[in-house]
Amino acid sequence: MPVEPPVVSPRTLPEAYALLAAEAYRPVAGGTDLLVQITGEMGEPPERVLDIWRLDELRGIRVESDALVIGALTTYGEIRRSPLVGEFLPAFAEAAATIGAVQIQNRGTIGGNAVNASPAGDMLPLLLACDARLVAGSAGGERVIGAADFWPAYRRTALAPNELLLRISIPLVPARTVRYRKIGTRRAQAISKVVMALAWESGDDSRAAWNNVHLALGSVAAVPIRAPRTEAVLENAPPTEATADRAASSLADEISPIDDVRSSADYRRAVAARVLHRLVRDEGHW
Amino acid sequence: MTRTLPPATRPPVAPEALILTPGATLPGRAASRSPLRREGPAKLIGLAQYADDLVFPGAWYGATVRSTEPHARLLAIDLDEAYDWTKVVVVTAADIPGDNVVATIRDDQPVLVPIGGEIRHQAEALCLLAAADRSTLREARRHLTIRTEPLPPVFDPLESTEEFSHVVVERGDLEVGFAEAELVIEGTYRVGHQEQLYIENQAMIAVPREDGGVTVHGSCQCPYYIHRALKRSLDLTDIQAVVVQAETGGGFGGKEEYPSIIALHAALLARKAGRPVRMIYDRHEDLSATTKRHPAVIRHRTGVTRDGRLVAQEIDVVMDGGAYCTLTPVVLSRGVLHAGGPYRCANVRITGRAMATNTPPNGAFRGFGAPQVEFAAEMQVNRIAEALDISPLELRRRWAFREGDITPTGQVLRESVAAVEVLEAAAEASDFARHAEQTRRAREARQSGARVASGIGVALGWHGAGFTGSGEVHIGGVASVELTDGGVVRILTAQTEMGQGTKTIFPQLVAAELGLEQAEVEVAPQDTSIVPDSGPTVASRTAMVVGGLIITAARRLRAEVESVTGGQFAQTYGAFAKEHGGRRFDERFVPYPNIHFDDATYRGDAYPAFGWACAVAQVEVDLDTGEVSVRDVVSADDAGRIIHPILAEGQVEGGTLQAIGYATIEEIKLVDGRYLNDRLATYLIPTALDAPRIQAILVESPFSGAPHGAKGLGELPMDVGAPAVVAAIHDATGVWIHDLPATPERILAAMTGAPTPPPPGVSAPGSKRGPA
Amino acid sequence: MTYRFVVNGDPVEVEVPGMRRLLDVLREDLSLTGTKEGCGEGECGACSVLLDGMVVDSCLVPVCQVEGSSVETVEGLADGAALNDLQTAFLETGGAQCGICTPGMLLAGEAFLASGASATDAAIREAIAGNLCRCTGYTKIVEAIALAAQRRSALQVE
Repeated sequence: MPVEPPVVSPRTLPEAYALLAAEAYRPVAGGTDLLVQITGEMGEPPERVLDIWRLDELRGIRVESDALVIGALTTYGEIRRSPLVGEFLPAFAEAAATIGAVQIQNRGTIGGNAVNASPAGDMLPLLLACDARLVAGSAGGERVIGAADFWPAYRRTALAPNELLLRISIPLVPARTVRYRKIGTRRAQAISKVVMALAWESGDDSRAAWNNVHLALGSVAAVPIRAPRTEAVLENAPPTEATADRAASSLADEISPIDDVRSSADYRRAVAARVLHRLVRDEGHW
Repeated sequence: MTRTLPPATRPPVAPEALILTPGATLPGRAASRSPLRREGPAKLIGLAQYADDLVFPGAWYGATVRSTEPHARLLAIDLDEAYDWTKVVVVTAADIPGDNVVATIRDDQPVLVPIGGEIRHQAEALCLLAAADRSTLREARRHLTIRTEPLPPVFDPLESTEEFSHVVVERGDLEVGFAEAELVIEGTYRVGHQEQLYIENQAMIAVPREDGGVTVHGSCQCPYYIHRALKRSLDLTDIQAVVVQAETGGGFGGKEEYPSIIALHAALLARKAGRPVRMIYDRHEDLSATTKRHPAVIRHRTGVTRDGRLVAQEIDVVMDGGAYCTLTPVVLSRGVLHAGGPYRCANVRITGRAMATNTPPNGAFRGFGAPQVEFAAEMQVNRIAEALDISPLELRRRWAFREGDITPTGQVLRESVAAVEVLEAAAEASDFARHAEQTRRAREARQSGARVASGIGVALGWHGAGFTGSGEVHIGGVASVELTDGGVVRILTAQTEMGQGTKTIFPQLVAAELGLEQAEVEVAPQDTSIVPDSGPTVASRTAMVVGGLIITAARRLRAEVESVTGGQFAQTYGAFAKEHGGRRFDERFVPYPNIHFDDATYRGDAYPAFGWACAVAQVEVDLDTGEVSVRDVVSADDAGRIIHPILAEGQVEGGTLQAIGYATIEEIKLVDGRYLNDRLATYLIPTALDAPRIQAILVESPFSGAPHGAKGLGELPMDVGAPAVVAAIHDATGVWIHDLPATPERILAAMTGAPTPPPPGVSAPGSKRGPA
Repeated sequence: MTYRFVVNGDPVEVEVPGMRRLLDVLREDLSLTGTKEGCGEGECGACSVLLDGMVVDSCLVPVCQVEGSSVETVEGLADGAALNDLQTAFLETGGAQCGICTPGMLLAGEAFLASGASATDAAIREAIAGNLCRCTGYTKIVEAIALAAQRRSALQVE
């Protein structure tokens, strides 16, 4: 028995900003999260909704100087199929392909994933690992929020009530490799048990040491997190068995996941460590 | 004689390939062509009318107010006096004119918990609301308060002191058996709940009748179960209660007994509102409240000799019935009767108990008690094979029942025993021996750091065809074939179509008897005011038992017409009807000859015949994560005679995937007696990407008691899929998973020696129990 | 609010709240009950329709976002009683059993066929991974889509 809160569908960004300046709205983009909430089964539905689907200035993928810029309304399907993503950040296409199935990928957006702020949000560890910059806009102008600051608490974002997420800018770093792995219950239509993104810089030699290592995880804390202690273990280390062992054991100590309907704390801790071990193993080719 | 059918449809076929291979003249092979699904076109163009598609002008929406505690005394239902209740109809137990019980086996389950009565599980129905629109309904719900007094709940069936039923089956002398044993293997296996997960949620619409009764339209397997329930609780006559099946989007047992409750709720509201009331569950309500497969704890103690003879089986089965009895004693009975597996053993004792817990009641689900126990039995065989260092295939070859063997109830298997045939068919089609050798070598050569491992596993199963024991005699179903005055041949049964093909195979069978095209035979709607009570559509009895009745009725019709006209039925029935009017032949079930079962002692022929099934599964396990990918399954199933190969394959393929879900990902966790997996985002079934390639092999070992030789089919694949997958996981990883589902959590814990996750099916305590 | 869009080629106008789900608009306001609800949260795909050619879960689409768009439902596939080639393939292979997932499956199948992707087993399975079926084990559905793809490509060659 869905509840049908009032909705406004602005056609331009200034129109949207003006509405947001006057009253609090819950924005709806592709609807894949919000429309579940209007069923009334998961707590109170939003009081009023701002339909931003027509704001075409929030769409599209482009390269701008040293960054790949993805509009907030870009769907997972568009990310999957984008030649630019395929060329510069293929891990984003891989991640998009693990989300829902084609119906969800045709509607769900990267901006929605970020703003929904689920600790299990599939794209979010990638944004953290790649130091993404999230650009928010309001009648007062635009501001940039670093991914590390975007999810301050469980299901919360750094956006002010009058702000919209406009686009996400991912710095393109030469010699950086990004890897992504999602552990779900099944091969499609699954919310993650653990999701992991790992980024580092290194030379062409697969035995060379890694630098600037970023390790981010979802579904292991109240928010998507980085794992700085384990990053330090991997920093300046080559992808050897000893490194993998140390990093895995560090990660198991560093995270404090919980038991829930999808998995257990024990499994999440163990599998996060083992998946990291596997990623290092794969890179080191041993 | 047993024969194996060639695959009927693979690879994708043009229409002409639907013509069956030679053998079309076999009894029961009804026509030379497998007809297309009769109601298929309506389903494919979107015009098939499921319950929620039916329009009744002026209908109100109904809703159920449910408990949020596992065990409590219902003190009061308070209606907020400030709210305008004139727009709403409220029904409580006090509004029930007849007995406040849902008629099944025991009279323990109320239609609605009365004030002062005991709430025995979460999501139990307390009162009902109806209103003209959904927002009023939602608003009204907010102005209603339930007052209760908590009572201590029981969640673990092993700790429960309330028993629904118990069964003991014994053969030979267990002490003698264990004395002869050189090796004794023990094991405890636990399985959790499983949801049927028909894609169409439960739905009923009640319409008041002018005669004071009610007509109920809805999604169901058993219109006459509902009919009986309506008569009893609403105090109606046979004629005042009418049940009409709408197109039904899957059942799998889940629409066997539960629809009676929804129909009662809708009918109570409709009668009080004086207008139609729609009771359409959404997925959350359906998952939270409706019946599941029974969780079970199965303990085995098995004695074997060093040379691999099975000499003693001691098995204890405990099933969790949930809060009310529903069909639990029958589920337990089938469980106990199948618990030893399809194996010859001279000394057997199987005990079974079904216990009450403060969790939502469990009920019918494809397999009906057998998948739980056969998982345990097959696990046990595999562990014994490992202990004896004998191939699991070879051990089954040695132990499997042959004609003349005796089951634990003392039943002599006189005919239609195809255990070895299905085993060999599946082993050959899967190339079991070669793959097993490969996986063994790979396992032995495996180094640390290995990423994935492949495994292969086999399981053999049996499934009693039709009802257990004297069930069919007690039901005494009647099915009819008539020639109408207008010259139309029509089949009248209460057997429902829910996807399995009743509406296609029935006309096929009758047309073959009458020498007609199947399109010339009509099927009367499943409406209790039109069709006789031919028994429920359960236990895979439809094709075997009711199919047999309509064949016999058709033969009588043909004989009558031909004796008068002196010509062939097909050429003369039109003229006959014109001249002499219609004829209807009602055929009542008569007990199969030489089949006797004593319900009191559990001795004798538990089933008229058994179907046999073997599954071979191949899996790949990720050694870092414990994730399992089921790649290939071969399922060889003997259903006596196959009437329609495409529909039959569909049963095997669908049942196999349901079993794979049971084996791997389908799990319900409970807290405070409440299902946590109460949405489709948390109760996961396999998608097309999770499904393996499934090869269905249809084996035919006919049953002489049925005129067409058919036994049941639908449940067979459900019995063997899970143990085959878990055996394959063991073959890949070397670890045994004793609990279902074999989740990555359980597999990784077993592989790393980490603590085992909590057992499936048992609720964690609530955090806020205590005095209110 | 009034919303105008096209359903199965016919222009429609509905006066409904903008957050009403497309699924409810189709079933209740337009009496097109061929589109089914299985879960209401985008997990089962029974409510799949084509929105401007893309397969979507109509339970997750508010009608305010459908304004000016084109929607195709199962009712638009057949020409009267004449099944289209994909529906025919489902009937022949046994791809429809209980039928409740069938409308959504057909539209996911249509979107896949229209994509021009090669009809491999893996590609078909991915294309219908958002559509749950509990009856078939998917085998015969995959066969049906492969068969329709084969026939469509044969037609194109001619």
